[in-house]
Amino acid sequence: MTAKKDISETTITKKMLAKKTNDAWILRLYVAGQTPKSITAFRNLKAICEEQLKGKYQIEVIDLIKNPQLCREDQILAIPTLVRKLPAPVRKIIGDLSNTDRVLVGLDLKGLHS
Amino acid sequence: MDTQKIPSPTLTLPKSLTGIQGLDEITGGGIPKGRPTLVCGSAGCGKTLFAMEFLVHGAMLYDEPGVFFAFEETEKDLAINVVSLGYDLDKLVAEKKIVLDHIHIERKEIEETGEYDLEGLFIRLNYAIDSIGAKRVVLDTIETLFSGLPNPLILRSELRRLFRWLKEKGVTAIVTGERGEGTLTRQGLEEYVSDCVIVLDHRVTEQSSTRRLRIVKYRGSTHGTNEYPFIIEENGFSVLPITSIGLDHTVLSERISSGIPRLDTMLDNKGYYRGSIVLVSGTAGVGKSSLAACFSDAACARGEQVLYFALEESPQQIMRNMRSIGIDLDQWEKRGLLMFHAKRPTFYGLESYLTAMHKAVNDFKPRVVVIDPLSSFIIGTNQFEAKSMIMRMVDFLKINPITVFMTHLTTGVNDFTGIDISSLIDTWLLLRDIEIGGERNRGMYILKSRGMAHSNQIREFRLTEHGVELLDVYVGPEGVLTGSSRITKEAQEKAGQLLRSQEIENKQLALERKRKAINAQIDFLKAEFDAEEVETLNDIELNKLRENLLLQDRIDMARNRKGDIITNKNSINKARGNIAKS
Repeated sequence: MTAKKDISETTITKKMLAKKTNDAWILRLYVAGQTPKSITAFRNLKAICEEQLKGKYQIEVIDLIKNPQLCREDQILAIPTLVRKLPAPVRKIIGDLSNTDRVLVGLDLKGLHS
Repeated sequence: MDTQKIPSPTLTLPKSLTGIQGLDEITGGGIPKGRPTLVCGSAGCGKTLFAMEFLVHGAMLYDEPGVFFAFEETEKDLAINVVSLGYDLDKLVAEKKIVLDHIHIERKEIEETGEYDLEGLFIRLNYAIDSIGAKRVVLDTIETLFSGLPNPLILRSELRRLFRWLKEKGVTAIVTGERGEGTLTRQGLEEYVSDCVIVLDHRVTEQSSTRRLRIVKYRGSTHGTNEYPFIIEENGFSVLPITSIGLDHTVLSERISSGIPRLDTMLDNKGYYRGSIVLVSGTAGVGKSSLAACFSDAACARGEQVLYFALEESPQQIMRNMRSIGIDLDQWEKRGLLMFHAKRPTFYGLESYLTAMHKAVNDFKPRVVVIDPLSSFIIGTNQFEAKSMIMRMVDFLKINPITVFMTHLTTGVNDFTGIDISSLIDTWLLLRDIEIGGERNRGMYILKSRGMAHSNQIREFRLTEHGVELLDVYVGPEGVLTGSSRITKEAQEKAGQLLRSQEIENKQLALERKRKAINAQIDFLKAEFDAEEVETLNDIELNKLRENLLLQDRIDMARNRKGDIITNKNSINKARGNIAKS
């Protein structure tokens, strides 16, 4: 409980959008309550974004316990799931995002820095 | 407080009715309530339908709303698939009785980046269950998760948790699983769902397909352990045999003619009961179809509609053949009273044939149904299914109530039943060959006929150009004789009788002659005696006279000699009297 940071808000918007909107990354992280996995995932995601997409990303954290109907809308099974809403196509990444390489592959960011 | 709620140990496990015909009988009341049940089987065996029926029946009949989680089909597909069964899923969804949820997993869209769990699925399920207060849940087919999500280890532990969770939630769940090699399910789901496991099977033996259902396991309850055939027909899934329906149908006491006057006589003088099941069994060529035709003919003549299921012959062939014995079925067909339904069951498979029969009966609404022959349903070794199917059909017809006339080809004299359906039959006629004296004749008798005093006699059954005839057979010390042996025997009998009556006459004549002879003798003797008597009397008279004369002479002489005559006075008087008398 003490580890709980400010992700308890349904949506944490880091409005650090770049000037070019077509460059914007909208990421959604689905969690179910304040589980260690969710917290790890959020921390990992933030770190990756800061490093790779600084200033042009937006993270929405969705707590499914509070909004269970969203499970269905976004076809969520696994927790945590990270959905890349933008840029298209939609991609799903499951797990606590601890494997950075795979997250980069999943987000299609691998090519950017290699 | 709560102790009252605890069921006594003798009470059986609470069960949840599936509403699937036949299954609730086998399981003694359905699947375990508040627990998950695994339904597994290979592709196309009816798992989804099974699960869907369970859910729809729950929503419609038992006031238990349900949630359907489809991992393979979309909501739309599901709804379309069950429309043919008459279920309007969209309506049920709108009425909040059913929630359909399609879980879409695409492996290539998913990247695994570390530890995860299926909490999302849980939340989703929970949300769906709570949104309508569902009591029933279907997960179809949960194994899809294994192909959609990486890391089977996590999945396994999550599934274990899921089933535990479902139990805690208190919902009756059906989980379907694909049949695996050597195991019940490909992913070994049976390990997790341990309360009730039902296996569905769809196999093809000797070119005919049969579906079977087996309850592998049912913890805490007795259950039928056999493999039960089931069919998917117009009104859905149904497991055979059905014993619960069809035993409360109305019974008619009206009697209808069999079309053969002599047979009616044998049947208590009135014929069959309306709405009864009549079976004619016999070996090849004994005239089973002819009996069927007679009955159809009589029914049509009464103005009743007859539906004739010809399983081996074409209608034209039947009509031609029957014409040869003087039965004109063409006229009834033309007048729309007789309808033929000629298809081999092998053409459809048993299940579809039954469906087709139902449809035909519902469309034509006959009062009499002829099934000729029943034995065609047995293809290879499917006796059990065939029996169940027939039972099912008979029940269906009996409820309506339609008089059913079935023929059955048996292979041997002692093979009475073939398919063991004797308990279904109300009136059972047996036709059999009687081979005597180098010829084959047909004999018929009534094996049983419920509810009437029927004849126990064997009749000779003859097909003549003006119909079917039943004749008394010769029953005597030499056994049962038919055909020409009977005729010969009858002639012999007649000759013998003649001979005997002649003999009697002769004897009577002889007796008469003897009597006459004796009478004549008596007369002669009497005449002789009479003559003798007269002669003797004359003699006596003569002698008496002589004696008297002698006496007179003596007296006279004594008088002449002046002798003593007083001593002899008595005899003189006697002599005098005698003379006077004569």
